[in-house]
Amino acid sequence: MQGTEHSDFDIRDYLRTDLFPHFMCPGCGHGIALRALLWALHELDISMNNLALVSGIGCSGRTAAYVDTNTMHVTHGRPLAFATGLKLARPDLEVVVITGDGDCLAIGGNHLIHACRRNLDMTCVMLNNEVYGMTGGQVSPTTSNDRFTTTTPLGNHEPVFDACELATAAGASLVGREITLQTPSLKDLFKTALSHRGFSFVEVISDCTEIYGRKNDLGNSTEMILKQKSGIRPESYGNAVEHPFRPGDWKTGILTRVERPEYGDSYRQHIATKQRAVKTVTK
Amino acid sequence: MTNSAQHRIRNLQGNHACALAAVAAGCRFYAGYPITPSSEVAERMAAELPRVGGTFIQMEDEIASMGAVLGASIGGIKAMTATSGPGFSLKQENLGYAMGAEIPCVVINVMRGGPSTGMPTRPAQGDVMQARWGSHGDTVVIALVPASVAEIYSQTVRAFNLSEQLRVPVIVLIDEIIGHLVETVEIPASDTLVVTGRKWASGPAEDFKPYAINGSDIPAMPRPGAGYRTHITGLTHAEDGFPTQDPAVVARVMTRLLGKLDHHRDLIDCYETVACDDAEILIVAYGITARSAHRAVHQARAQGLAAGLFRPVTLWPFPEQALRSVTRCAQAVLVPEMNGGQLCWEVDRICAGTPVSRLNRIDGESITPDQIQQRIIELAEHAGH
Repeated sequence: MQGTEHSDFDIRDYLRTDLFPHFMCPGCGHGIALRALLWALHELDISMNNLALVSGIGCSGRTAAYVDTNTMHVTHGRPLAFATGLKLARPDLEVVVITGDGDCLAIGGNHLIHACRRNLDMTCVMLNNEVYGMTGGQVSPTTSNDRFTTTTPLGNHEPVFDACELATAAGASLVGREITLQTPSLKDLFKTALSHRGFSFVEVISDCTEIYGRKNDLGNSTEMILKQKSGIRPESYGNAVEHPFRPGDWKTGILTRVERPEYGDSYRQHIATKQRAVKTVTK
Repeated sequence: MTNSAQHRIRNLQGNHACALAAVAAGCRFYAGYPITPSSEVAERMAAELPRVGGTFIQMEDEIASMGAVLGASIGGIKAMTATSGPGFSLKQENLGYAMGAEIPCVVINVMRGGPSTGMPTRPAQGDVMQARWGSHGDTVVIALVPASVAEIYSQTVRAFNLSEQLRVPVIVLIDEIIGHLVETVEIPASDTLVVTGRKWASGPAEDFKPYAINGSDIPAMPRPGAGYRTHITGLTHAEDGFPTQDPAVVARVMTRLLGKLDHHRDLIDCYETVACDDAEILIVAYGITARSAHRAVHQARAQGLAAGLFRPVTLWPFPEQALRSVTRCAQAVLVPEMNGGQLCWEVDRICAGTPVSRLNRIDGESITPDQIQQRIIELAEHAGH
């Protein structure tokens, strides 16, 4: 397995280390995801001056501030809306959204499906830790069945969203999922997403050790991460017909990849063509 | 001389005049969501923006529209949206973000009444207080209220200028009647139109503090891509842009933020006075109601009654010095409004000592000159005792 020590990537080159100590809990998977993202940006040689990192509210939203680039920490659920305006106004910027399962699928769900539909060139990174960590551990649209959270004291009975299925159905032209354990694979998935022209959606299975893990006796961070693929979601291997909202399994890697017209390109081309047609008619 | 260099007289619907003024003021991004009675603003922007290399997008909802406008503005493009009462409510959180992070934006609100869906096609002045206090926490905002199609044009241009210069959201409150009214507008030649841009950060990126005040209380804005690599957040932030909870720092930055308009009242204040010098009965009215009041004042004067009109064009912050200065002779103040009584509270505060009466219509009809004249007569009789 390739590790970061084999490349010339040094995460400290990309972080606002003067903001340290950061406020992520010990064992939180978000830092691993951020490392993989920065590693991908490094390998693609994307200029930090030209990058815009737009994030929402929650633990995921706070990660953006630690990156030494143009960072925008916006309102809850709305980073995709802000990013849409930013990218349309400034196609020259590389726009990356960092969001969470609550930010992206609950309060921001409408923006996600329409961002997927439009296919504007940006990368949306959803850090899925199955819980509202920042507010103290409430149930989220991705909380596994029967898990305890502060608002499901008897265990979660709600159906679980499969964010990648949702993004694919809504039209995202590149969709992928990875676990933090596979950091180099996650880095490669980010590289694919960043290089893809269109809307890319990457779900990172992260872990909330401190709140969610503790509440559900899921072990320490290492144990949680090692069990990410199977251990903490035994019910996800159940019958998909009987439980249609429950994914049959959590596939990782690139799940969807289609070539579709990019929104900004098609908007500008469409207008240029129509304007020419109007001018020709009026002559 | 080319067409664009000349003044042109055009017959325009208010909402269309708004869109044309926005483009003339340099707006190159519009994100919106259809809502009566403002939709013509979006429709006209959809037609106009492509012609000038701008971008129009109809978003999935009102909240997204406001978010996209702020994203575009952060990117350095003058941006606008238009809405009405219910949509305006939905935009409030992101409007607050624009206030806190000091992101220029213009929001057109072609008003209706409420609560809730109200009467979408009927006129009302329902959002006077929402414009000022609609977002949570303490707010800093400018609201303009034009009274004619020509003024929709001039005030929309002014909205962009104020927003860019002062880094504050500017709301233009338009009455449905004027939004849908067709009137003659003199479109200024492009070279005579005063268009103000944003002050962009320049100088070294090293140790740059995006909210530090250097000579001006309005910080220059760093343009993404220019190398400053700054942080923008809705969290209370220090001069460096990063969140802080240090009481001394918070007190300092919040005092600057909430007070920043106070130092620019010469730029912001805008009002009209009609026969105010010796006015014993003073009408304070805005928008379409001010036009009825204007006529009522003339009718009253013809009857020998000393009536006058104070018409705020900038509604928030309210031009309170100007109002105080015309209340010298006033024995009574009347505030006619097409709502249950909103601006009357502010007028009551400013005119402390002078009785302030209200005249309200909440039935989806405009207040007529005769209604106002009748109240002037009653107030004059009462004052005469």
